[in-house]
Amino acid sequence: MLNRLITALSLALLCADLAARGVYQQPQDFLSDTFEGGVPEAAVIWLTGARKQVVTELLGHSYTSLRVRYWARDQRSAWVLEEIGKEQPITVGLVISQGQLERIKVLEFRESRGWEVRHSFFTDQFRNARLDKGRNLDRDIDGISGATLSVRAMKKLAALALYLDGELRAQDVQASP
Amino acid sequence: MRCASCAGIGLSTALLATSGLSIAAELPSQEEMWRIIQEQQREIEALKRGQRTTEEKAEAAVDMAEQSRQTSSTAASWAERTQIGGYGELHYENLDTDDGRQKEIDFTRFVLFFGHQFTDRLRFWSELELEHAISGGDEDGEIELEQAYIEYDLTPSQHVRGGMFLIPVGILNETHEPPTFYGVKRNPVERNIIPTTWWAGGAELTGEIAPGWSYNFGVHEGLDTDSYNIRSGRQKTSNADAHDLASTARVKWNGIAGVELAASLQYQENITQGLDNDASAWLYEAHADVQRGPFGLRALYARWDIDGDGARAVGRDEQDGFYIEPSYKLVPEFGVFARYSQWDNEAGSSSDSEKKQYNAGFNYWPHPDVVLKADYQHQDNEGNVDEEKGVNLGIGYQF
Repeated sequence: MLNRLITALSLALLCADLAARGVYQQPQDFLSDTFEGGVPEAAVIWLTGARKQVVTELLGHSYTSLRVRYWARDQRSAWVLEEIGKEQPITVGLVISQGQLERIKVLEFRESRGWEVRHSFFTDQFRNARLDKGRNLDRDIDGISGATLSVRAMKKLAALALYLDGELRAQDVQASP
Repeated sequence: MRCASCAGIGLSTALLATSGLSIAAELPSQEEMWRIIQEQQREIEALKRGQRTTEEKAEAAVDMAEQSRQTSSTAASWAERTQIGGYGELHYENLDTDDGRQKEIDFTRFVLFFGHQFTDRLRFWSELELEHAISGGDEDGEIELEQAYIEYDLTPSQHVRGGMFLIPVGILNETHEPPTFYGVKRNPVERNIIPTTWWAGGAELTGEIAPGWSYNFGVHEGLDTDSYNIRSGRQKTSNADAHDLASTARVKWNGIAGVELAASLQYQENITQGLDNDASAWLYEAHADVQRGPFGLRALYARWDIDGDGARAVGRDEQDGFYIEPSYKLVPEFGVFARYSQWDNEAGSSSDSEKKQYNAGFNYWPHPDVVLKADYQHQDNEGNVDEEKGVNLGIGYQF
């Protein structure tokens, strides 16, 4: 009887594939969800000069690319960014609206632990987050026991997207007459 | 007079005409102007083309660099698939004990992690520890291999491990890097009732069963003790007697950010490995670990029930303990805590064997992975024996 129970439980667990690791959403689908009426053309923001230094401070290391691609329309910008949690990069989609974090979603998780950061009970904490004057998130983000490094990566990416969006809006202000 | 004026005007007109002719002579002709404009336009076009070319070259260079990075990450080198980490802690204690004042400095733990990703689904993880700085001969220290296992992903959310792994019980046994907990020393309940750090060789299934719910189930080497002392019964997978294996299961819920609730259960048919005829043992453990904003709370209860006359004769058929630890972070870098612990490794006896310990102190994190700690501890044991009261200081790190 016990053997049957264990076998049934094992099969149920194998079938109940919750995909802790894997692709949850393709970046293109994330962008399509974000922008009604079609995804705007991608643009890039270069990480040079003081901007590069700030990004390095936010992440604790230099970004893996010299530029960051983004999509923007009507005071909203979308970003697909990566940051390593413990060993592997986590791909995250972020939407910033008028300087506030509108949405953060794990698109791909590659690590064997810390997958809880993809759940809405965690990501909902970031809703409407802004950067304060010290370029920190303006609120406490409660962690997840056993997922400290994944949580840290998510907080870094949220701060990075908010900062880069701020850079775009600062450019617009300078460019306007 | 009129004639003089006329002469003056005539002279001025002549001068102006001469000057105008001179300027006109210096100006390029319309044809020349057109040629100059066309040349300048060509130069502007050339400059624009050059700028476009430069931008295209920069874009291409960045594209190539990114593609190269992606290619190398796809076929990551051996070094990129190998991870190194570690942690360590130094303790200073100044305690009033039964044997007088005890002052000691000890590099308690120096630990290195090594991991390697063989494929996307197959990996290795290990933890090698040097305790008390020096090992060998009559030295106090030990070199211990505390983890060394192969993990395979059955599915993206279900994993199987084989090798030597940490027993999934308690708060500290699996996560005990110094920056992750308050207090210089690990709490006494998770040292004496749950014998942290507790590892064993065997096989384990882990995974997620629903959003926020995860589980562990393992079959592994059991304890081997003829005195029913849990801590000294750990075999540490060193020629471990495997006549009586143990099974451990844990269910964990962390469906709210900052909240972990978990319960573990372990059973072993005979913790004397057959020395006594009847020495089956159950371990029950439950805990809550909450960190909401600046407020923290840890609470844990654990209990052993051991069958047999042998355990009953020495009062170790029941062993239990609990602690509660509220904490508060005044700023992200500085937090204070208090802890009350109570435990009894001979709860089945009628003798005065219960121990109590009060701790209060602080952690200061100059960096999220580096911590300075201080606490005051006060023990109040039944029988007033083995009491330790005084100050502990510590420094720890992880990377």
